[in-house]
Amino acid sequence: MTDSISTIRREALGALERIGDSDALSAWRAQYLGRRGAVGKLFAQIGSLPKTERAAFGQGVNALQQELDRAHEEHRALMESQVMARDLEEGEIDISLPAYPRRRGALHPSTQTHREFQTIWADMGFQVYQSRDVEEDDLNFTLLNLPPHHPARDMQDTFYTTDPKVLLRTHTSPGQIRAMRDLGDGGTKPIRVILPGMCYRQEQVTARSEIQFTQVEGLAIGRNIRMSDLKGTIAEFAKRMYSPNAKVRYRASYFPFTEPSMEVDVECFLCGGEGCRVCKYTGWLEIAGSGMVHPTVLRNGGYDPSEWSGFAFGMGPERITMLKHGIQDIRYFWSNDLRFLRQF
Amino acid sequence: MLVPVSWLRDFVEIDIPVELLADRLTVAGLEVAHMKYIGLPQETAPGVHMPKSDHLVWDRAKLLLGRIVEVRAHPNADRLVLALVDYGEAELEQCVTGATNLFRYKDRGELDPPIWSPFAMEGATVWDGQSDSPKRMTLKGRELRGIYNKSMVCSEKELGIADEHEGVIVMEDDASFVAGMSLADVLGDVVLDIEFTPNLARCLSMIGVAREVAAILGVKMNYPDFDFQAVGAPIEGQVDIDIREPALNPRFTLTLLRDTEVRPSPFWMQHRLKLIGQRPRNNIVDVTNYLTFELGQPTHAFDYDKLVARAGGAPTIITRLPEAGEELETLDAVRRELGEETILVADSAGALSLGGVIGGGDTEISEATVNVLLEAAAWDNISIRKTIKEQRVHTEASARFSRGVHPSQAILGSMRGIELMRQLGGGRIAQGVIDVYPGRPDAVTVDLPIERVNRLLGMDVSLEQAADVLRRLEFAVEVADDVIRATAPDHRLDISADPVVGQSDLLEEIARIIGYDRIPDTIMADEMPPQWENTAVLLEERIRDALVGQGLAEVINYRFTSREREALLTPAGLPPSLAEAEYVEIANPAASDRNVLRHSLMINMLENAVNNARYQATQELFELGKVYLQRDDLLPEEPLQLGILLAGARSQPSWLSDGSSEEMDFFDLKGVIESLLHALHIEDFSFERGTHSSFHPGRSADLLLRGERIGSFGEIHPQVASRFKLREAKVVYGEIAVAPLISQHQRLHNITALPTAPAILEDIALVLNANIAASEVEAVIRQAGGRLLRDVTLFDVYTGDPVPPGKKSLAYSLTYQDEQRTLTDKNAARIRRKIIGAVRHRLNAELRS
Repeated sequence: MTDSISTIRREALGALERIGDSDALSAWRAQYLGRRGAVGKLFAQIGSLPKTERAAFGQGVNALQQELDRAHEEHRALMESQVMARDLEEGEIDISLPAYPRRRGALHPSTQTHREFQTIWADMGFQVYQSRDVEEDDLNFTLLNLPPHHPARDMQDTFYTTDPKVLLRTHTSPGQIRAMRDLGDGGTKPIRVILPGMCYRQEQVTARSEIQFTQVEGLAIGRNIRMSDLKGTIAEFAKRMYSPNAKVRYRASYFPFTEPSMEVDVECFLCGGEGCRVCKYTGWLEIAGSGMVHPTVLRNGGYDPSEWSGFAFGMGPERITMLKHGIQDIRYFWSNDLRFLRQF
Repeated sequence: MLVPVSWLRDFVEIDIPVELLADRLTVAGLEVAHMKYIGLPQETAPGVHMPKSDHLVWDRAKLLLGRIVEVRAHPNADRLVLALVDYGEAELEQCVTGATNLFRYKDRGELDPPIWSPFAMEGATVWDGQSDSPKRMTLKGRELRGIYNKSMVCSEKELGIADEHEGVIVMEDDASFVAGMSLADVLGDVVLDIEFTPNLARCLSMIGVAREVAAILGVKMNYPDFDFQAVGAPIEGQVDIDIREPALNPRFTLTLLRDTEVRPSPFWMQHRLKLIGQRPRNNIVDVTNYLTFELGQPTHAFDYDKLVARAGGAPTIITRLPEAGEELETLDAVRRELGEETILVADSAGALSLGGVIGGGDTEISEATVNVLLEAAAWDNISIRKTIKEQRVHTEASARFSRGVHPSQAILGSMRGIELMRQLGGGRIAQGVIDVYPGRPDAVTVDLPIERVNRLLGMDVSLEQAADVLRRLEFAVEVADDVIRATAPDHRLDISADPVVGQSDLLEEIARIIGYDRIPDTIMADEMPPQWENTAVLLEERIRDALVGQGLAEVINYRFTSREREALLTPAGLPPSLAEAEYVEIANPAASDRNVLRHSLMINMLENAVNNARYQATQELFELGKVYLQRDDLLPEEPLQLGILLAGARSQPSWLSDGSSEEMDFFDLKGVIESLLHALHIEDFSFERGTHSSFHPGRSADLLLRGERIGSFGEIHPQVASRFKLREAKVVYGEIAVAPLISQHQRLHNITALPTAPAILEDIALVLNANIAASEVEAVIRQAGGRLLRDVTLFDVYTGDPVPPGKKSLAYSLTYQDEQRTLTDKNAARIRRKIIGAVRHRLNAELRS
């Protein structure tokens, strides 16, 4: 009887090795391991054996069943992996073919820079205060210490409306007066805001100058705001906007609405301060005008300048964007050519 | 303003490299925009970067100062001469030269007094005087018409001083000249081009800049000698002054030089004027120009005899406002009608000049002039500003007076000017000065507690340090009890008499001269103001993100347009649908089609579409920007609008797509808008048939939020599209007011719990009248389906056979679901029956089999 076990074993394993498709494998399984299969028949013989042989024969059949089960499983896995390998090979594609074009939106570069500004200034407690574009002459000039016929009015070529009292703001600074009057509560509350927005100047449109451009003005008012705070705050901004090692230089300058006034330069991040075409070989890039809020402006905002002080600064996002992306022509900004906009 | 360092050295000792000086000036507020080198090498200073200059550097051993001892005729050439030059060696050098300005010295034997000229030895490098473009050449010996020559006397062009190549430089004798000294020590120079902010009126002169240099370097300022040698008969009685508008003309001074000679100025004067870009004319006029730049006090020279002739005796100079219709022809040969506020210098016969701006032709200096009356006056700067604006005339004098020149300077100008004229032209100065000074400004004294300096600067400045800075700037300073009492020097008009403003003025001077780099960087220790959530800003950004997320590109347009351009948005015969308001009109527009501020974003965005159509098959754009609506208030309303434009193929061409290139239409835009509203969690919106005349009446809609119309969108009206050459491409556009989106958006919204029970799906197709709106059908279905009808999706719209004419078929996929319980087929059938009953009853719809 043990002969039949070994015969079936040899037969079965031999047949299994030659099997190459899943139908044949199922048939093999039915032939040997199925209910009426060869192994099943061996089990059926157990009862007809003498008692003394039953145990040994039963163990032999059991072992055969387990062995064939294992062999079947191994062969199935082998076949599966062969099929998988073939499928993978047949499934090869030309990965160099172009992708299916997905549409990607684009945020205007000016908006992107404004967001960067807003994030950095928000972290330092400066909140956005939105002011208007069409402004009174008084707010744009006179209340900012630029009375009629002041020489500094020549610095800005103004778009006037047909009402001579009304103009398009030439800078975001009139928002300083509005913010002080709106948030200062009669000159009794501290203020920390940035004022972003579009400004307008009657200039020749060239690669370097536009009739409209955005500015971001900053204003901090308090009982103890110092010039050193202005320097520290701007230095912090420069570190985050340009580089953690950004070096900053301050030059004395003049703005009627601040005193002392200073221009802020950051070490040219394109040449590392060595001098290049962009920084005109000076190693510095001008990034902001700034200063301590002029006592007259504080007064016009409702504050007593002997008790309160403040600083203000103004920056040009387009210029910073141009420097960061190597944009040579400021006219790109409002031309809205998708070939430009899609690069952001 | 061009500032030769050699001129500054007249007044202040400079012992640091010029490059470092330029950097110090720039940091102190006098921005050096450019440096022109003359002969001297460019130096480097630590930390200072300059553009590299490619000027000619004079070889100190080969470019020398030569004394021309004698000029002889060339034996073989009429147009050449031989100059015998002493350059410090035993032998004289013979130069063959064609310099025409040496011909007049020919065959005069040894010259006495001698003349001096730059002398280049063999091997020296100079610019090629004959070349039109800059070209260097190195001197080599060669024969010139039979005479060997290896050196030359030089022109300004050859040395890189100016473009002049008419003749060689000829300098008059000077006590400091030694034959053979290095030319760099005589004419070597650096010219700074300084840009001045309007507050630096006091610096618009060599002395003004030198004062700053002295204060920055902490060295002494050497003023020129203002004494004049007057030996002539007194001026008293020769001329009178009558100031009728002392507010506009606070001071007027006159000096008189008799028996002088009008002739070309000597080399040094011409050289300096040329260095600063001025054209030399004659010694008298040159002195008036020179003074403008040296002292910052413009002056004017009259031919005294012409004044006497006009007056028929001793003239009276009158300063007054014009009479009605009065005119004056000025030196620039322009006949000017004089405005009411133009302050004039006149005499009894009429106007002589526009005070402080430009002289008249009648009394100007000519070669025949022998007696010169010199005016040095002070003028109100605002009055001068009005004149230059009205007359459109800009002179070096008006540039200074319009920014403010302190009246104290006038007398200095008179004295220095008349003496320089005497030195250059000879003659006798009349004793005395006529000085009428009705508008003497009050001295300004400011008290500045040192505590305020420290508090505002955020650094410790000692009382002594602050006082020292102010003294260096020539303030008169007293110190008592920690308070600085400073009186402004009499060349400054920029220190305010207001106590607090005056303190800031001084503070700036102290900080600027100590150096802003010395102030520490600190973090604000002041109270933090209350922080608030800025919903408007957050929402604007969320709108942008939602649209960019849908693949749209943000544009930002000019806010300028014209009425005519915006009128193109309304088809002929239809009422305009743009905002009912006036336009904000620009008085001085940049262009005639940009003379008002826009009422809508549509015009700009259609123009964007036209421009981009040349390069882009598909355009999906949005703009978030203001429009300007002038109503009754002084200032216009500035509401924020959202414009969205779609044009071109819905899918992009690709080897993967089926090749269909369907254009985007109304429904694409509707989808963009719905998706945006969902992103903002705005519900309660609805669409109605469009009423905006810029759109196709049958293919446009109005957007309503809680019943209020907040925008319109749709296909551009074909007539409007044709005006923009857009007829070929279908363009859909929508514009929505942003303020309602901000006010209606849900800051917080609840989510719907995810159902745990399975859903039952089924489709139904309805045949109904073609004119019934899909939204109405869906509303009926939803109402009938009730709570258990989760979702209704329209998946097919069909007309044509076998659907009868006038009818359409709408096919819906319906989803039934209960959150908790599994619905049975019986439940579903009941809902279905209700729905079918409702559409039959209310819409007269048939179920399509």
